[in-house]
Amino acid sequence: MLQIECPWCGACDQSEFSYGGEAHIARPKTPADLSDQEWGDYLFNRENPKGWHREQWCHTAGCRRWFNAVRDTVTSRIKAYYQMGAVPPEEDGR
Amino acid sequence: MTKRYSIFSLARNALSHHENWQEAWRSPQPQPEYDVVIVGGGGHGLASAYYLARNFDVGRIAVVEKGWIGGGNTGRNTTIVRSNYLWDEAAHLYEKSLQLWEGLSQELNYNVMFSQRGVMNLGHTLQDMRDIVRRSSANRLNGIDSEVLTPMDIKRRVPVIDVGPSARYPILGASFQPRGGVARHDAVAWGFARAADQLGVDIIQNCEVTGIRQVDGAVTALETSRGLIRTTKVGVVAAGHSSVMAAMAGLRLPIESHPLQALVSEPLKPVLDTVIMSNAVHGYISQSDKGELVVGAGIDAYTGYGQRGSYGIIEGNIAAIVTLFPSFSRVRMLRQWGGIVDVCPDACPIIGKTPVRGLYFNCGWGTGGFKATPGSGWVFAHTLARDEPHVLNAAFSLERFYTGALIDEHGAAGVAH
Repeated sequence: MLQIECPWCGACDQSEFSYGGEAHIARPKTPADLSDQEWGDYLFNRENPKGWHREQWCHTAGCRRWFNAVRDTVTSRIKAYYQMGAVPPEEDGR
Repeated sequence: MTKRYSIFSLARNALSHHENWQEAWRSPQPQPEYDVVIVGGGGHGLASAYYLARNFDVGRIAVVEKGWIGGGNTGRNTTIVRSNYLWDEAAHLYEKSLQLWEGLSQELNYNVMFSQRGVMNLGHTLQDMRDIVRRSSANRLNGIDSEVLTPMDIKRRVPVIDVGPSARYPILGASFQPRGGVARHDAVAWGFARAADQLGVDIIQNCEVTGIRQVDGAVTALETSRGLIRTTKVGVVAAGHSSVMAAMAGLRLPIESHPLQALVSEPLKPVLDTVIMSNAVHGYISQSDKGELVVGAGIDAYTGYGQRGSYGIIEGNIAAIVTLFPSFSRVRMLRQWGGIVDVCPDACPIIGKTPVRGLYFNCGWGTGGFKATPGSGWVFAHTLARDEPHVLNAAFSLERFYTGALIDEHGAAGVAH
């Protein structure tokens, strides 16, 4: 089973966590100014990479706090954790 | 020219101990140029190539597959076929597919073992039953067979199921599509491959696409692990790897790839002669001709490309099945596996053009693509040949994510694959 290291609670089973999808998608500040194409891109289009993915997790059955992780979508190995709003670590180097 | 399969060819080959069967399809070297290249040799890709060669005159066609044909989701699903979708657009598309299934073994001269044993969707709450009546009525208005069953009807058809009031999630009724059923998944890939090969399609296995070359926004060639293939028309049918292919062309898709698991039991004597699905407890089950119980689980919530899912998912799935069938609690499961499904926000596929000229995508089938295999090929072949969608897939364009004309089939797709 995949274990995830909550920055506050330590390593816990993945079943305690909720997945929050791709990280760093900023809601446009002035949605009314966006074209349909830009709005659809913000709402629906995703990187969905095969490899390292910066994503959001929430420790739902624990401290209920959100954080970011960098996970390999093939092996599910997580190489870095960082707080919401923080600058993501470098993506290179498995 | 491949010889037709028949009772006579079977008898003739029996005399030579089945050692002289002709190979079902060629394994040609890739040519330097094709008129159309289909990327992805699963059921949908092979069906697209077959109908392209059968229904249209587009010249030389190739299917390139990075592994072996039918080795992806085609060989990893629970083989359920049905067309009881809620909205007109989806219902028409899946019904076209079901009609093609009904003649497919004859059409391909290959036994795909399509067995119309019916598909039952259980309801466990009053809201489930309202949704079932609504969807069943919508199906009938679209000419799709559908019945609403009472718990006693269900018990009569499936004696082994627990419809009692003391069940953890009591069964209140079900919708039933008698024309639904199951098919042999491998045979679908092999049948389409053989039939396409007979029509001159080159099926090139172990050929991974590594790049899409463009000039002035139009496709000019594919870079592959077996060399450059020049072409101006590319149909990508890559399921879980659709986003990876799109990234090669500089596109992003409204798709996320998730692991979806299934598992089979040891073979049992006949015990279940229809397909049972339940959205509420989240499980679906049928019995294969070999006797194995084929059980499907849900997707992992997180994205992944690893072709395996987390244990918690199958644990919950088996708990759901045992709730419905208490006597199955002592059945031993033999194998478990995962496939990578391309999930769209509205649980409907994307079949059509892209901003890159000559590049077409057929993807986003998510958790329920197997049933659509022939229909998907039918409309995608039309889209490739005519450079415009078939009337059945016009609504399934990439543009719907910009216009907002989504086709929300979460109710019909839900767990029910």
